[in-house]
Amino acid sequence: MEIWKWVFVGILCYAAFASTVGAVKLGRSQPTERISGSAGDVLEDDPVGRLKVFVYELPSKYNKKILQKDPRCLTHMFAAEIFMHRFLLSSPVRTLNPEEADWFYTPVYTTCDLTPNGLPLPFKSPRMMRSAIQLISSNWPYWNRTEGADHFFVVPHDFGACFHYLEEKAIERGILHLLQRATLVQTFGQRNHVCLKEGAITVPPYAPPQKMQAHLIPGKTPRSIFVYFRGLFYDVGNDPEGGYYARGARAAVWENFKDNPLFDISTEHPTTYYEDMQRAVFCLCPLGWAPWSPRLVEAVIFGCIPVIIADDIVLPFADAIPWEEIGVFVDEKDVPNLDTILTSIPPEVILRKQRLLANPSMKQAMLFPQPAQPGDAFHQVLNGLARKLPHDKSIYLKPGEKILNWTAGPVGDLKPW
Amino acid sequence: MKLSALQQSYMNRRSTSFRGSAPLDSSAESAIKSPAAIFWLLLHGVCCLISLVLGFRFSRLVFLFLFSTSTSNLYSTPFRQLTSTADLANSLNVPSNPVVNPELPALNKTLSSRVIVGRHGIRIRPWPHPNPTEVMRAHQIIERVQREQRIQFGVKSPRTVIAVTPTYVRTFQMLHLTGVMHSLMLVPYDVVWIVVEAGGVSNETASIIAKSGVKTIHVEFNQRMPNSWERRHKLEAKMRLRALRVVREQKLDGIVMFADDSNMHSMDLFDEIQNVKWFGAVSIGILAHSGGADESSLATVEEVEKRPSMPIQGPACNASNKLAGWHTFNSLPYKGKNAIYIDDRATVLPQKLEWAGFVVNSRLLWKGAEDKPDWIKDLDSVGEDIESPLSLLKDTSIVEPLGSCGRQVLLWWLRVEARSDSKFPPGWIIDPPLEITVPSKRTPWPDVPPELPSTEKAVINIPEHTVKQTKTRSSRSKPRGKRKHEAKVVDTQISTRHSGQN
Repeated sequence: MEIWKWVFVGILCYAAFASTVGAVKLGRSQPTERISGSAGDVLEDDPVGRLKVFVYELPSKYNKKILQKDPRCLTHMFAAEIFMHRFLLSSPVRTLNPEEADWFYTPVYTTCDLTPNGLPLPFKSPRMMRSAIQLISSNWPYWNRTEGADHFFVVPHDFGACFHYLEEKAIERGILHLLQRATLVQTFGQRNHVCLKEGAITVPPYAPPQKMQAHLIPGKTPRSIFVYFRGLFYDVGNDPEGGYYARGARAAVWENFKDNPLFDISTEHPTTYYEDMQRAVFCLCPLGWAPWSPRLVEAVIFGCIPVIIADDIVLPFADAIPWEEIGVFVDEKDVPNLDTILTSIPPEVILRKQRLLANPSMKQAMLFPQPAQPGDAFHQVLNGLARKLPHDKSIYLKPGEKILNWTAGPVGDLKPW
Repeated sequence: MKLSALQQSYMNRRSTSFRGSAPLDSSAESAIKSPAAIFWLLLHGVCCLISLVLGFRFSRLVFLFLFSTSTSNLYSTPFRQLTSTADLANSLNVPSNPVVNPELPALNKTLSSRVIVGRHGIRIRPWPHPNPTEVMRAHQIIERVQREQRIQFGVKSPRTVIAVTPTYVRTFQMLHLTGVMHSLMLVPYDVVWIVVEAGGVSNETASIIAKSGVKTIHVEFNQRMPNSWERRHKLEAKMRLRALRVVREQKLDGIVMFADDSNMHSMDLFDEIQNVKWFGAVSIGILAHSGGADESSLATVEEVEKRPSMPIQGPACNASNKLAGWHTFNSLPYKGKNAIYIDDRATVLPQKLEWAGFVVNSRLLWKGAEDKPDWIKDLDSVGEDIESPLSLLKDTSIVEPLGSCGRQVLLWWLRVEARSDSKFPPGWIIDPPLEITVPSKRTPWPDVPPELPSTEKAVINIPEHTVKQTKTRSSRSKPRGKRKHEAKVVDTQISTRHSGQN
């Protein structure tokens, strides 16, 4: 019996050893790696059948007419609100029967009032949103049933539902009072910030998928640039001395690394921007006036490890994507030591990050393709909404109970739109 | 309060330039007229005047010493002062900015995060320049990443590259051979370099190829290289056959390519030839140039228009990407004007099809391999006078065109040689060192070169000295055959100057 016991133990040990070696080998030779965030391996979940969304029919002055006035809204980085609407209209999760809906969507394009330069003006957005909510609360009973707790809104602007581009003003305004019970789908994400409320879903900014696909280069082109960045370091028009824009972080990057041959950084607008990103190992994604930027999306699509320099930022789909394992996070105070930080990352870690980035479901999750494809950002939003189900019973208000104060907020917001 | 007023004006200015329209929701509380505000305004004005006088924004210094928190800020502010003298126009906001920083926590009442809105210092480390150790580490990281890329996207099981180079000792040998050597050293696969030398194995060649770091086989060929191009091409063909026999004898396994020592190879060539199965052909760009002779005699205007691009030799494919024929070199325009002897200053022409454009799987050359296809002739049955490796084939249609069916030019053919009577120092080492140092006529500095601590030669400061020295040396320098040609020229220069001065 003794002998059999030892034989059994020996076989167990050998099996364990062989399987670990095999697993390690497998990880090494495969070009991609599975991604699983804090919510589990959810990037490839299919939301169809897990939730039902009812889309309110708003008059076209809230959506179509605005888009007709300025079709640039379809290509700028806030286009997610428009494409989300279009996707939901034709998606299998849409239901025409509001009684069976789990979530309600209000298609109002608040980020489509553009200046001649193409930047959205948020000054009328709070009034527009208010007016839309007044409409749905008077025409349908579902808003008043929960005061918006099972409704979601897409607010992709700089600071989300705070509806301002200046951070101090946005903080002063805070999130629009009427939206405080609703779920917000926004690009802005920063921990402990007024404009990010509990339960919000962060999405990536819109980046045109066809444009990026058109600039792909063969995978065997060797990555020879160590760190790559193109963009402003000083916003001379609005912050000539520096220190305000990007909290001084971009200026610090420039001053510390402008003569470092490893850092290919400049303010030029090269035509080979996308191709260059594919030839770089690291791509800097520092904050600008807001912490998020389309550079993150571009870095993920082109397989360049994003170096995120934005304190307390909350990245898109943070519960589905383990960003800590994929990107490199650098505190703003550590920017002068950026080269030390990046060169001291062990090569195996870098290769692992590249394998995670090469995962096609990762790249799909960052995009808003037309028409929608499985695993893309639309589906991740729906997955996020599905993970919040079932709704807690306490969101349903008792008859006569009122939580929201319809006259709260700055006086200017109360004017009808 | 003054802060809000100033900030408002700043915001207004910013928003107007940023958005192009007045902010509609400006909720400016106007409490500007309080005495504290007036005091601050006066302080502003005083600071501005002082800054104008001093030439930099001294208010930053004041606030720095009052409120400085970290040493890194210490370095950032003087730095910023140096570069922002142009911003005196904005000096209205100057004193407010350093004030904003320490006062800001009061503004953000609702915030509990460690991220503070507002103006921050620009952190610059004391020595903002690259650290060499880190640069080395970064390059190692890049190298590792590229190796991984090659493993994933490159050739799956790379075969050894067997490069065959015929060479002989001459002035430009070092130039050409170094070029080929460096290309082979960069090849990411195993390389075996077979160097066949005409005129026997020499120390010159051996010392050059020893520096390569790749496995080399130095083969001797006991015939001297002739002086005419035609006979040289024939001899090179024989030398290459000799190398192929070495491949056969040693049963080297890999892909044989012909790297002539004056050709230029692109790195993509070595990646592309890994795709060959048995016998492949690549396109060569022919750089047939005239050695500085008059271009006008070579081509009339129409001819130049007809030949706008570089001639290419290589496989020609039809529409279905199958081998249909060959692009060869058209030597008609050069009839009668080409170089016959190696030191002619006319155009050197390639043969119809150069050896360099072909790659051969080495197993084709082995004796008695089982899976050898039947269209290959045995090396011994082919004569010594073959023009191109196509003569090794019974059927030339099996040749695989490489480089997207011959559309990519992967190497360039060029023949440049010095005059046959040109001399060069053996091993390109000047030993003993040159004795004459002469100040150049065209240096911008006055001719006072520093005293050099050397024993035998006299460093010449004054022209008269120079003249005297050279007079004595020139009689001795002539018998030394090792002197460079230049030395003689220099001597004549000196003597003419001397005659001028006299």
